[in-house]
Amino acid sequence: MGYGSSDDLDPTGRTGAGQATPAPRRRGRGARSGTDTDGAGLALDAVAIKVLVAGGFGVGKTTLVGSVSEIVPLRTEELLTELGAGVDDVTGVDGKTTTTVAMDFGRITINPRLILYMFGTPGQDRFWFMWDELARGALGAIVLADTRRLSACFPAVDFFERRRIPFVVGVNCFDGEQPYSPQEVRQALSLDGDVPLSMCDARYRESNKRLLITLVEHVMATVRRADAAATGLRPSGG
Amino acid sequence: MISRGEAWFDEAAGPLVRPYAVTRGRTRANRYPLDLITLVVAVHPEVHAAVVEQEYARILRACAFPQSVAEVAARVDLPLGVVKVLISDLIERRYLIFRASPSPAARPDLVTMQKVLDGIRKL
Repeated sequence: MGYGSSDDLDPTGRTGAGQATPAPRRRGRGARSGTDTDGAGLALDAVAIKVLVAGGFGVGKTTLVGSVSEIVPLRTEELLTELGAGVDDVTGVDGKTTTTVAMDFGRITINPRLILYMFGTPGQDRFWFMWDELARGALGAIVLADTRRLSACFPAVDFFERRRIPFVVGVNCFDGEQPYSPQEVRQALSLDGDVPLSMCDARYRESNKRLLITLVEHVMATVRRADAAATGLRPSGG
Repeated sequence: MISRGEAWFDEAAGPLVRPYAVTRGRTRANRYPLDLITLVVAVHPEVHAAVVEQEYARILRACAFPQSVAEVAARVDLPLGVVKVLISDLIERRYLIFRASPSPAARPDLVTMQKVLDGIRKL
């Protein structure tokens, strides 16, 4: 059985969401004789890598993920009690309400042995504990900022700085509307000098590709610098 | 779980109680190092799906090809925690095999990152 039914494909009923977005060009669909064989040809020993897409609620995280993903973004959910006692603890929760934390994610199959997952982080601050699992092993993060509500991305910037997770900032220009210069936004976020910041439009695939490229280049540069610093400590043997 | 004069019915109880009913109340899946992007795949999905309970069968069918734990959870529409318990059961019964993600400390090497970069550029 494949994933032929819309039920299986999109349990959240959000099938149409991606189609409403301008620009996205879906890759990989239809090219394989009409059968939806997501994951076919993938090796189990494939390396899976994840990047996070963070930012305030409604800033365009899922739009970004959807525009570069080869699949319509999927939604995975976790349950927690209102007191945030942890998803593992559903005993003794009498009287407390439960909340569902949702994360939307997409996938880019680089080749049968290399898959990139993009996870949108839950927008609300009180779901921090979810970020721990999300961030574990992440290659890096894209922080989407909206200058009309710049403070909404402060927690994400703080989180990645504290965890030393490499990140780039994309200033989402809704309808090309952007009254601030990159330098002004950089100052407002008090970003370290080496953190890339660029203007973007989360609705457009090319713009999001550029952000992803900037992120991977930034991570590579960070790793190279760290390697150079480490080898610099030893007598160089060539 | 439902006590102190308060009863939850239908949707009020559903999101909390029902998902964990399929795990028979078990909420932890520490047996295997499963995280969001751990890849799992079914061994003979159709054969084994025929002999297990419905929720397990759905997972096995969703895993006909390698999938991440997050994808499985999304496709069978169950919370992550629940799916991890059920996937662990299936691994234990050898109906599923998995490949753990690299250790948290280890970032992909530069060669892998370069491949990711080239792949994104080609999109």
